Amino acid sequence: MGKLLSHRLAVPVVIALLVVALSFAMPSNFYYRVAALVWISALAVIGLNLLMGYAGQVSLGHAGFFGIGAYAVAVLPAQFGLHPLVAALAGAVATAAIAFLVGRPILRLKGHYLAVATLGFGILIAMTISNEAWLTGGPDGMPVERLTLFGWRVRGADTWYWISGGLLVIGAWIACNLVASPTGRALRALHDSEVAARVAGIDVARAKLTVFVISAVYASVAGSTLALVNGFVTPDKANFLHSIELVTMVVLGGMGSILGSLAGAAILVVLPQVLTGFHDYEHMILGLIMMVIMIVLRAGIVPSLAAFFQGRRNK
Amino acid sequence: MSTTTPLLAVDGIGISFGGVRAVDNVGFTARAGEVFSIIGPNGAGKTTLFNLVSGVYTPKAGSVHLAGEPVTALEPNRLAERGLSRTFQNLQVFFRMTARENVMVGRHLREKRGLLAHLFALPSTGRQNRESAAVADALLERVGLSAQADIPAANLSYGALKRLEIARALAAEPKALLLDEPAAGCNAVETEEIEKLIRRIADDGVAVVLVEHDMKLVMRISDRILVLDQGRVLAEGSAAEIRSNPKVIEAYLGTHGTREANLALD
Ligand SMILES: Nc1ncnc2c1ncn2[C@@H]1O[C@H](COP(=O)(O)OP(=O)(O)OP(=O)(O)O)[C@@H](O)[C@H]1O
Ligand SMILES: [Mg+2]
Repeated sequence: MGKLLSHRLAVPVVIALLVVALSFAMPSNFYYRVAALVWISALAVIGLNLLMGYAGQVSLGHAGFFGIGAYAVAVLPAQFGLHPLVAALAGAVATAAIAFLVGRPILRLKGHYLAVATLGFGILIAMTISNEAWLTGGPDGMPVERLTLFGWRVRGADTWYWISGGLLVIGAWIACNLVASPTGRALRALHDSEVAARVAGIDVARAKLTVFVISAVYASVAGSTLALVNGFVTPDKANFLHSIELVTMVVLGGMGSILGSLAGAAILVVLPQVLTGFHDYEHMILGLIMMVIMIVLRAGIVPSLAAFFQGRRNK
Repeated sequence: MSTTTPLLAVDGIGISFGGVRAVDNVGFTARAGEVFSIIGPNGAGKTTLFNLVSGVYTPKAGSVHLAGEPVTALEPNRLAERGLSRTFQNLQVFFRMTARENVMVGRHLREKRGLLAHLFALPSTGRQNRESAAVADALLERVGLSAQADIPAANLSYGALKRLEIARALAAEPKALLLDEPAAGCNAVETEEIEKLIRRIADDGVAVVLVEHDMKLVMRISDRILVLDQGRVLAEGSAAEIRSNPKVIEAYLGTHGTREANLALD
C-alpha cells in the first residue's frame, strides 16, 4: 500500500479518480464552477510547490506570472486576433522568458531577501497591468473572448470542470515526473545543502532558475485557464494578495507534497464559499481555521496526515 | 597508474578572515593511490584548506592543479566535473531524502540531463533512475548501509551519516577525494571499518586526502602526512618522521596524540 502510494503515477491517478468521482456528486453548476476554480488554483500551487516545497526557494510574485497568462488570453485575441489557445501558449512562452530574465539576478538572493525581491517583481507586473489601461482595461479589467475549438464554443461550468481537471492531472503528472528525476533530486538536494549539492556537481544557480521558470509557466497556464473560464480578467489576480494566497495554499496543503497542493487550494477556495453564511465573521473564521491547521498539522495537511497514519500503521 | 605525477597539487594557497590568516602559504601534492593526511590542532586551518581546494572558498593566493590542469578558484561543481569530491566535517547531508537518494545525488554528473525527458518521464529517465539506484545500492553496501537504503537521512545515526557522505562522494567516481574527519564520533569497530574503506578507495587509484584527529588511524593508514599549525605548514613526511618530529610533538601530538601515535606503532 505504502509502496503503491509512493509510485510516481500514484498522485496523478488519485487526482484523476477524484475529478471523475466528484463529477457524480455535483448538485449544480455552481458546484462545478467552484470545483473548476479549485483545479485551476491547484495547478498554480503545484508549480509554486516545486519551487518552494522541493527546491526551498520562496516566491511572493507568482501572481505576476498568473496575471501574464490571464492577460495574454485577454489581450492577444482582442488586439491581434490570435486564437485563445495560441494566446495562452504565447503567454506561457513570455512568462518563461520573463522568469528566466528576472530569475537570474533574483535567485542569487536567499530567504527574506528573495521574498522581498519576488514581491517587488509581482507588484511591478500588477502595476503595469493596472496602468496600461489602453491595452488591459486598467483596474476595471477586460472581457476575454470565448474559447472556440473546431467550431465548438466551449461553455458551461461542467465543461470547464473537465478541462481544468484534465490540466490539473497533467500538471500533477509532470510535477511528479520531475520530482522523481535527476533534476528533481538536484532540486531537493540544494534545498537541504547547497554546498553539498555543488560538490556533487550540481549547478545550483541553473537548477534554481530551471525550477523558477517551470513554476512560473504553471502559474501562467493556470492564469490563462481562469481567464477563459471567467470570460473576464481583472488585475487583482496579478496582485500581491493573490501571490500570498498561493503561498498560503502551498504551506497549508504541505510543502513538497503535490497532493497537498490540491488540498491547500481546495481549502482556500472552498472555505470562503462555505463561510459566506457567517457574513461579517467569514474572514475571522477563515483565519482561525488556517491558524488551527498550521498549529495542529505543522508540516501541512497532507504530509502531517500521512505521517500520522504511517505512525499508526507501524504501531 | 602513474605515481610520479601528482593528481592533486596545491601550491602556496592562502586566505584570511578579518585579518587572521586562516591558511597561509600552504602547499602539498597527493598522488593517485595514496592516502595523504593532514593533521593539526583545532583551528589549524584544515577544513579551511579543504574549502579552498574544493572551491567552496576562493583563495586569495596560490594555485590548485588537478590531474595537471589549473583549477584554482573554480566553482565546486566545475571541480566535481574534473574529478574532485569531498565530505564535510559538519555533516552536509540531504536530510529530507533517503540514504539511497542521497547517494543518487552523488551520481548527478554521470546522469543524463535532458529536462524534457525528465518532465515527461521518457523511458530514458526511468533507465537513468534505475541505473543510479543500482550504483547507489552498491555503494551503500560498500559502506555498510544497505539495510538503511530507504530510511530518510534525518533518521540515521551520526556514524552512518559520515559513511553516507563517503558513499555519496564515491558515486561521482572522483579522481581525488577529500575526507574531513570521517572517523569522528565512531567507535573502535566503526573506525576500523572506515580504515578498510579508505584503504580500498586509495587502492582503486583515488588520491585520498584525509583530515583526521584519530592519530592511531592516521599513523596506520597514511602514506604521507602534512602537519598544519595556525594556518601554516609545520612539517611533512612519513608517519615515522612526523611522530618523531619535535616541533610536531610540541605543537600537536604532545598535547593529545603521542601516546595514541606510539600505540599505533605496536
Ligand atoms: N568562514 C569563516 N569566517 C571566519 N573565520 C573562519 C571561517 N572559516 C574558518 N575560519 C577560521 O579559520 C580558522 C581555521 O578553522 P578551520 O575550521 O579550518 O580549522 P580546523 O583545522 O578544521 O579545526 P578542527 O580540527 O577544529 O576542525 C579558525 O580560526 C576559524 O575560526
Ligand atoms: Mg575542521
